[in-house]
Amino acid sequence: MTRWTTRLAVGAIIITAFPLVWMVLASFTPESHLFESRALWRGPFVADHYRALFDERNFWIPIRNSLIVAAMTTALAVTLGGACAYALARMRFRGRYTILAFVLAVSMFPQISLVAPLYLLLREAGLINTYPGLVLPYLTFAMPLTIWLLVGYFRQLPPDVEEAAAMDGAGLTRTLVEIVAPLAWPGIATTAILTFVYCWNEFLFALSFTLGPERYTVPVAIALFRGQYQVPWGQILAAAVVATLPVIVLVVLFQRRITQGLTAGAVKG
Amino acid sequence: MAPHIWRCKIQGLTPGRGWLLILPALAAIALVAIAPMAWTVWESLHLHDLRMPWLGRPFIGIDNYVEALSDVRLRGAVLHTAGFVLLSVTVELLLGLVFALAMSRALRGRGLIRVIVLMSWAVPTVVAAMIWRFLFEGSAFNWFADPAAAWVPIVLADAWKMTPFVALLLLAGLESIDPSLYDAARMDGASDWRQFREITLPLLRPALLVAILFRALDAFRVFDVIYVLTGGGPGTSTEPISLYTFNTLLQHLRFGYGSALSVIIFAVTFALALLYIRVAGRTLLEERA
Amino acid sequence: MASITVDRVSRIFPGGHAGVRDVSLEVADGELVVLVGPSGSGKSTLLRLIAGLESATSGRILIDGRDATNAPPQARDLAMVFQSYALYPHKTVRENLAFGLRMHRVAPREIDLRVQGVAESLQIGALLDRRPAQLSGGQRQRVALGRAIVREPKAFLFDEPLSNLDPALRLDTRAEIALLHRRLGATMIYVTHDQEEAMKLGQRIVILKDGRIEQAGPPLEIYRTPATLFAARFLGSPPMNIIDASLLEAGRRGVVGFRPQDVTLTEVERTGLAATVALVETVGSEQHVHLRLDADDTRVIAVAPPDRTIPVDSRVGLTLRRDRLHYFTP
Repeated sequence: MTRWTTRLAVGAIIITAFPLVWMVLASFTPESHLFESRALWRGPFVADHYRALFDERNFWIPIRNSLIVAAMTTALAVTLGGACAYALARMRFRGRYTILAFVLAVSMFPQISLVAPLYLLLREAGLINTYPGLVLPYLTFAMPLTIWLLVGYFRQLPPDVEEAAAMDGAGLTRTLVEIVAPLAWPGIATTAILTFVYCWNEFLFALSFTLGPERYTVPVAIALFRGQYQVPWGQILAAAVVATLPVIVLVVLFQRRITQGLTAGAVKG
Repeated sequence: MAPHIWRCKIQGLTPGRGWLLILPALAAIALVAIAPMAWTVWESLHLHDLRMPWLGRPFIGIDNYVEALSDVRLRGAVLHTAGFVLLSVTVELLLGLVFALAMSRALRGRGLIRVIVLMSWAVPTVVAAMIWRFLFEGSAFNWFADPAAAWVPIVLADAWKMTPFVALLLLAGLESIDPSLYDAARMDGASDWRQFREITLPLLRPALLVAILFRALDAFRVFDVIYVLTGGGPGTSTEPISLYTFNTLLQHLRFGYGSALSVIIFAVTFALALLYIRVAGRTLLEERA
Repeated sequence: MASITVDRVSRIFPGGHAGVRDVSLEVADGELVVLVGPSGSGKSTLLRLIAGLESATSGRILIDGRDATNAPPQARDLAMVFQSYALYPHKTVRENLAFGLRMHRVAPREIDLRVQGVAESLQIGALLDRRPAQLSGGQRQRVALGRAIVREPKAFLFDEPLSNLDPALRLDTRAEIALLHRRLGATMIYVTHDQEEAMKLGQRIVILKDGRIEQAGPPLEIYRTPATLFAARFLGSPPMNIIDASLLEAGRRGVVGFRPQDVTLTEVERTGLAATVALVETVGSEQHVHLRLDADDTRVIAVAPPDRTIPVDSRVGLTLRRDRLHYFTP
């Protein structure tokens, strides 16, 4: 019984890893040999595509854009969402579950349904093709995510320490800043990581609300790669590697945290 | 305003201050999600073509929805979406179940499945689609020029990214089954297949339903994968409903009609989500009993 | 009903730990044998090896004379009652009872008859259409029992079936199992960690320790003539007292054991063994007196009649019966 299961498990790993490995190998293979499977494994290995990517295409720009948008959204969502989550977790009042259900419902809104109104709203405000023009739409999924994760997290944090702080005479702000934030830092970190990854990988809104290469995020830049005569697969794959690297690094570093966060109820895929 | 009946042990957290903490977040959500959604419904009752601004934005009632009923391209999009949902959910569920079964028997390597799930979660869908596009580009047969064959890389790419999740969900379900039930079944004379049919499947039913609905909800909204792999082509033969709406809005700039399509998508998603919550909620209650 | 032979069976787990070490046992047709021992002694492992739920690393298992060592549990025609009952939660009581018969392709009419019959004899006929979650602990226990009985197997295996019941229910069910044994004349192998249960139920008990058989035989025989120190201390409540042998016989090596019931408390001067009373517990029908020996502070327990006054901290003398002493060299 255990023989077929181990074989299957190994198979699963290979199937998952294989395209990624292929992608990395291909990104180092000269364009002319790209579709010869032998060349991928034997070499020669060159860094031409990466050079072209950064020197000629200036791939720094989408990277910069993605970083800024993801960071801004994460900071905003974690702060607002964290405060809201804290209050929801600690206070008990009649409307509490309604608000939570409400937040959950919003997370299920189909993104495409929000494109029309958000586009017109951003256009009116002159925010198309800007950073705020992406951060605001990103809040539609980032806010429910941070609230949901942090409510769950705060609920299982014993309120004793905060009560002790109150007994000691600390006001609300001081309690929040000096007591709660440091204690809650693991939960906050996990939430921030998850939010960052979702923002980094987001495509539809970025595609809809940016107009040109100056503000494209990484996924959009990759999807809209244009070659002069033919599709520059080498560069596309190099870009793909660059796009995936930060998230893979995050996953490797924060494996356990991320799993905990995902299983805490944010498995959106 | 009626006073809330509420309790809080933390001295500083008065109702006033509490609401102060909550409101900014709620306001943000209202601004970027609720108001726009409500606005979409209103917009769907108007004619609003950005290419023809001189027509203004007249109220036309349900005309957009009437047009939708006879829209051939929409019909195609609905068909494509339904077909994709059926195909991808089936493939992912079957594969996911097989892997979950294998994982549940494996004595070690639990860390490995975690890594696999995380890897496929972390890779951006656009990148996954690009890789699969590249893999299929290399073959002699032009997959992307054939309306039927083009679905193969699409389903494969989606399955590659999503099956680990389904496996994870089902694995959790499998591990909640009392192992002594299998011992009892073996004593009772049940073969491996019978054990699977009489014990595993029935007891896995709640987890299966949750997985199916969860994936269906997602698959219904598919966009990234198809945009990158085929762009909806050849022609519009692989265009799902979200891509059609996207094109209607940002290519044809028909915001009124596009809003009507958005509302339809929202309605279906809402219905599926309600179903999901009911099933998921019931299984949580069942587990407690 | 069948005889079961365990021939030099061992079960070494991956990782090296030996669950069962070179155990041989003969269970005669119709006999009720109790496997007893502390946790980790291998009793459950041995039962599972007989059931076929685990495979022996070496040795043979014979059922009714036939070699069943490599046969899967499905083919051994044995029935097991589990500690947690292992009732199929999604099936009704009727379906639970019928399951084994269905797997063995018994005709539906026959299944109905047998299920009905067994349910009535166990007084669970009214529960046939309920699910396990709707039953009480005792009712579930009876369904588990019924599931085994209805199959009319070659032998019954019990894996600590009473540990999840409250004490009152435990007594009743234990009696029921004993009656069942008498009624069916069935071969039964029963695992428990409770020495009292073992003594009350078993026609023969097998004491296991660290995967080996310490001693096997009729309960009274082991009680009266324990072969090892472990067996001596295992049976009997309160457990046998063990003191240094030199306290009774100068220069004697080893230890000597005597049962609390075989000690009489007298005045100090009368005997050579003096002790101080530390604690007196009353059970109603008798008193348990905890003592500390003056000589080396060893703890000893004596059983005294219920109406005798024994003040705490008083000094007493212990009189032992010469014929009820057990010497061991550990």
